[in-house]
This record gives sequence, C-alpha cells and structure tokens, in this order.
Amino acid sequence: MSDVLVSVQHLQQYFPAGGHGKNKKYVQAVDDVSFYINKGETFGLVGESGCGKTTTGRTLLRLYEPTDGRIIYDHKVLFDSGKVPLEDDYGKPVLDADGNPQMGKKSKVDMLPYRRRMQIVFQDPYASLDPRMTVGDIVGEAIDIHHLAKSKQERYDMIITALRHVGLNSEHANRYPHEFSGGQRQRVGIARALAVNPEFIVCDEPISALDVSIQAQIVNMFENLQQQMGLTYLFIAHDLSVVKHISNRIAVMYLGKIVEMADSNELIFHCVHPYTKSLISAIPIADPKTARASKRIVLQGDVPSPLNPPSGCRFRTRCPYADEKCAAEVPEWKEVRPGHFAACHHLDRVK
Amino acid sequence: MSEQKQEMDHSQYLVSIEHERLSFFTPVGEVKALNDVSLHVAPGEVLGIVGESGSGKSVTSYSLMGLTAYPGRIIGGDLWFNGHHINDMTEKQFQKMRGSEIAIIFQDPMTSLNPVYTIGNQIREVIMLHTDKNKQQANERAKELLTLVGINEPEKRLKQYPYELSGGMRQRVMIAIALACEPKLLIADEPTTALDVTIQAQILELMMDLKKKLGMAIIIITHDLGVVASMCDRIAVMYAGHIVESGTTDEIFYDPHHEYTKGLLNSIPRLDSVNHTKLVPIEGQPVDLLNPPKGCPFAPRCRSCMKICLHKMPDVTSFSPTHYTQCWLNQKAKMEAEGTLPAEKPAEEKKGGDAQ
Repeated sequence: MSDVLVSVQHLQQYFPAGGHGKNKKYVQAVDDVSFYINKGETFGLVGESGCGKTTTGRTLLRLYEPTDGRIIYDHKVLFDSGKVPLEDDYGKPVLDADGNPQMGKKSKVDMLPYRRRMQIVFQDPYASLDPRMTVGDIVGEAIDIHHLAKSKQERYDMIITALRHVGLNSEHANRYPHEFSGGQRQRVGIARALAVNPEFIVCDEPISALDVSIQAQIVNMFENLQQQMGLTYLFIAHDLSVVKHISNRIAVMYLGKIVEMADSNELIFHCVHPYTKSLISAIPIADPKTARASKRIVLQGDVPSPLNPPSGCRFRTRCPYADEKCAAEVPEWKEVRPGHFAACHHLDRVK
Repeated sequence: MSEQKQEMDHSQYLVSIEHERLSFFTPVGEVKALNDVSLHVAPGEVLGIVGESGSGKSVTSYSLMGLTAYPGRIIGGDLWFNGHHINDMTEKQFQKMRGSEIAIIFQDPMTSLNPVYTIGNQIREVIMLHTDKNKQQANERAKELLTLVGINEPEKRLKQYPYELSGGMRQRVMIAIALACEPKLLIADEPTTALDVTIQAQILELMMDLKKKLGMAIIIITHDLGVVASMCDRIAVMYAGHIVESGTTDEIFYDPHHEYTKGLLNSIPRLDSVNHTKLVPIEGQPVDLLNPPKGCPFAPRCRSCMKICLHKMPDVTSFSPTHYTQCWLNQKAKMEAEGTLPAEKPAEEKKGGDAQ
C-alpha cells in the first residue's frame, strides 16, 4: 500500500449564522467528512456550489479552524478536537483493550512549519494577487516568511526558478498582476505556491475562471509539475470531466457530506449513488451524436440550504428513490467494492 | 433599388448580418471587436456562437439589439432583423423591438434582475409596455409564463423579490420575461455559465422545450462546446472578431477544418474516455485586440502557421453550402485539390509554409 500523506477524519465545519443561546444557528458547511490522500496522488473533490468542497480544502489547511474532527499530515496530528474516535489511515477505528473505540487527544499544533509543506492555489487569479505588488514580490513573500533565502541573490534565484517552473521568465518578475492575462496570472498563483517547495497543494478550482483553450495548458502544467516534483494534490472543482482527467481518486460531495468515493474510472463508469449518477448525466457531452442519444436524469428542485439541511440523507429532497427511511436515518458509509464507498440506503434499487 | 434587392436576399432569414465591423473607440486606441462578421439565422433555427472571452460573440448579438455600449460603434456592414435594417434604426424603434420581437437572457441571473422590484412587477412591466393589457391581464399572463417555465406556486412567486429565489429560479424568471411577448428571436448569452451542472441541465431542457412549443429562433452564446453539441443546429466559431469556422453541428464536431476549432475540440477532457490521454492545449495567450496581429489573428498560436498567415487575412473557403472556414491552410488544400493553385504569389508562400 502506498503511503498516506494527508488524512481527514470526521471533519466538521459549522459557521455561526446569527441567533442566540438555544436559537443559535449554524451553516453546516462540512459535516463528518473523512478521506485520505496518498503520497504523489491527486485526489479530486467535486460537487455543486455551496456543497462545502472549498471549505473542506481550506479547513484541511486550518485556514478555518475546524469545529470538530481530526487532521493528520504525514503521521502528525495537526488538529484534534478530542471528540471523534481514533482511526487508522484507511478509516478503520482503533479499539482499546476492551474493544471500545478510542477517542483522540485534544491538540493543536503551530501551523507555520506546515504552511511551507502545504500550499494552496486559489480560484480567482484576479482576486488572489495583490495588485500593488510585483510578481517577484508576490512569489518572494512566502520565501521571506519562511526565511528560506540566505541572501538577496538566493531569494532572486528562488523566485526565478519558481517562475520558470510555470512557464514564465525573469522579465515577468518586475511586472504587476494587471499586466498579465488570466491564464498567466493563474501561473503566478501557482508559482507562489511552488516557491517554498511544498509537498502538498490544495488546488481550489484553479481553472474555472479561465478560457477553455487556456484550461488545458494549466491542467497539463499541474500534471507535469506533479511528475517533476512529486507533488500531492487535492484538486477541487465543479467540472467533473476535468477532475476525472487529472485525479486518481474522486470524492463527490453534496451539502457538506461526501456521498461517494472511488477510483476515478470506477466512479465515472460504475457509480452507485443516485446523486453521482445524475451529476454525470447532467454534464453536456461535446459530441453531438452521443449527446442526442443520451438521456439526462434531470434532478428537480434546488440544493436545500445548509442552514437547515434535510434530516436523514441530505439528498433525499431531490432523490428519485427517496422514502421514509431516508428521512429517518442517516445512510451508512459502506464499501460497495474494494476502494469504492457510498452512503445511500437504496444502493440495491438504484440502477 | 439596391435596398429592394437586399430585402429580397434577406427575406428567407430572420437575422442576417453582412460584413459587420464594430470598434470600441477607447482612450488608448481603437479596439476592433468585430472584423467582417457575416451571420444568418433562419426562423426557428438554433445557432450556437462559440469562442473565448473577447472573441466578439456577445458584441455581435448585442449590436443586433442596438445595445452596443458607449465607445463602441458599428463602422461597417449591414444588419437585418425581421425586415428591419438595424443600421438606421433610432433608439425609439429599438425600444419597440426589444422585448417584443427580440429578447435576451443574460449570463448572470443574480445581477440582471432588479433587486428592488418584485418578480411580478418586472414581468408585468414587459407585458404592459408591449401590449395593451391592463395590470390585471398582465398579472394573469405573468402567472401563465411562470408556469410555462416550470416555477410552481406562481401566485406566491410574483410577490417575491429576486433575492428570495435561487440562481436556477432567477434564470427561469429571466426566461419568462424574455418570452413574455413571444419574440421571434431569443438571444441566450451564456445562459448557464453561472449555474451548477444539475441546474444547467434543467435550464437547457427548458429552453429546448420552449423552443418546440413556441418555435422561436435561438442564438446561444457560450464557451462550452458541450452545451452547443446537444442544442444547436448550426455553430459559428469566433476568434478575435472573426468567424473562423461555421457549419452544422455535425460538420463542426466531426469534420473541423480550422486549426482553432480542432484545438478547442482537443483541449477539453472527455468524461467517457477510459485511458488517460494528455490534453492538447492551444499554446500561447489570447489576442490583444488593441494590437491585433497582422493577417490571421490566430496565426501566432497556430501549429501549422505559414508565412502568408502572418501578412494577410484569408478569404472564405467553403466545403459545403453550410460549412466554411477562414484559413489559408484550408484554402491551399482546396486549391491544390482543384488544381487551381495560382503559380505566382501563393506558390512562394507555399514554400515558406513548407520550410516551417
């Protein structure tokens, strides 16, 4: 088995949304999310807007402090609320001598040394670069924070190396973000992440804001960089075809929970969860003959509010298979086939 | 007399744009947004316009409604819509036409509805402006429209404000407003880009349903080849203010000739492929319209760029009555096949091309 780099257990992120005392309301952005990412692997996270995929990525980096759960990076616990059962790398609970599940120990670590190893690339290249800093300074800022360069010359060399990795050159270091096109800005954002030699990068919708012809350039660049530098990615996007292209394994999120997780080909061709099925069928295929022949499963209605999610299975309000059981019980996280997990009461009925 | 002749030419089309040129006269210089664009849409036809941001796809259709934004001006060509000669229309005439004969759905349903008026108010406004219905009748019609676009409890929705509705619902309301007076042409400017895939599927389905029921022509502007594949009869591919390739949907997808179209088709990942194949991106950056390259605008990014491509814009090469491109490579291939390759100038350039 390959080595697990990042693992997230029962991660929960609730944001307060008004109210006092008993009536205090929470946006349940991420609820009981668990997954692991192997070293050198790309793990894709897909879902519609508001499903909590970005929050998951940010909470994983502790850019938001989780409200519950555990985050483990390279076998070190970064965060533990002390309220969730201990699990091994692959999600099996750790039992004590009496066979009861063990709880973790409440802990938090200083993130600064880990920030060098875990980086993020943001969605909007227009908003994520400071317009008053030159590209060289944007990339160099992280180097300064982590004191990676001993001299000015070394700092400059590191910046240029990072820019070269993303297909820019030394001339670009003195320019400002507004002088670049969207695709080039996203390259700068990636260079900034690469400048500190990270091991793990959260790619938060890195190509959604780009033109189609530029998207392929950036996707290819992510793949090349992974090969050259042995990076591990958490690739967050709403475009399932891109995620499928780049990822080894994919998890599908709906309203704060992961509903299905599997190897990417397994997930696309043998998905079992009704939401994944409708998501795949809703994607327009760029092939007229296939598009005319294929029948879409059109979901009715909209995503419910995460302030007040449906009881039981969160997908039940839009699910064609829903019945009373779905309203009453939260579906169990089951292994359908080796490495293929899903949470649904009616897996046997779903065709 | 010439006018008469033109009208005869255009009678079979609902929309007919001939050699349109449009520029934005900005303080830093002239931005040539459209360079010699010709388009036709027959009644009841669905045309897709595909291109990157800045390729002129929105500008083309906005100019048809007289919605060209201030520093922009049509500087050449003729635009015909449903018997109107757009070039000499006044703002008053435009106002009469907009909403009744031609309607538009914008990309972002969040910003295209007025937040301080109710949904009912905004739908009634269109109806009362273009018909002589009174408020009560308009309200009835608004209810009908909301039911038509698949919104339940229309009575309640009419009293709600846009912020109370989700993105998909708002886009449905936009469609209801657009269809209020049964226009002959509906322009959908990236109608689903701001929406999630499952909602996108709902909206696209709705548009096709309504098209079948009401029989209007649709121009869909998008950058998503998946959207046009399932919906359109014909597709025009735009790049830097030129239509570089145009044809039926099947011609574009199964027999693309222009390098840009081919590039676009190769650069999107396919969901149904089992093996991991590398994407083939179009290299380089999009054109800067302030300083467009001389010759073919796509030449700097083209894999098979020849010498002539850098100097001169190619003419139209037709492959079938519906399929044409603007590309020297295609023109050369066709001339070679027909044996009509002139010996003088192009022969020189051919050498240049081979050398590359």
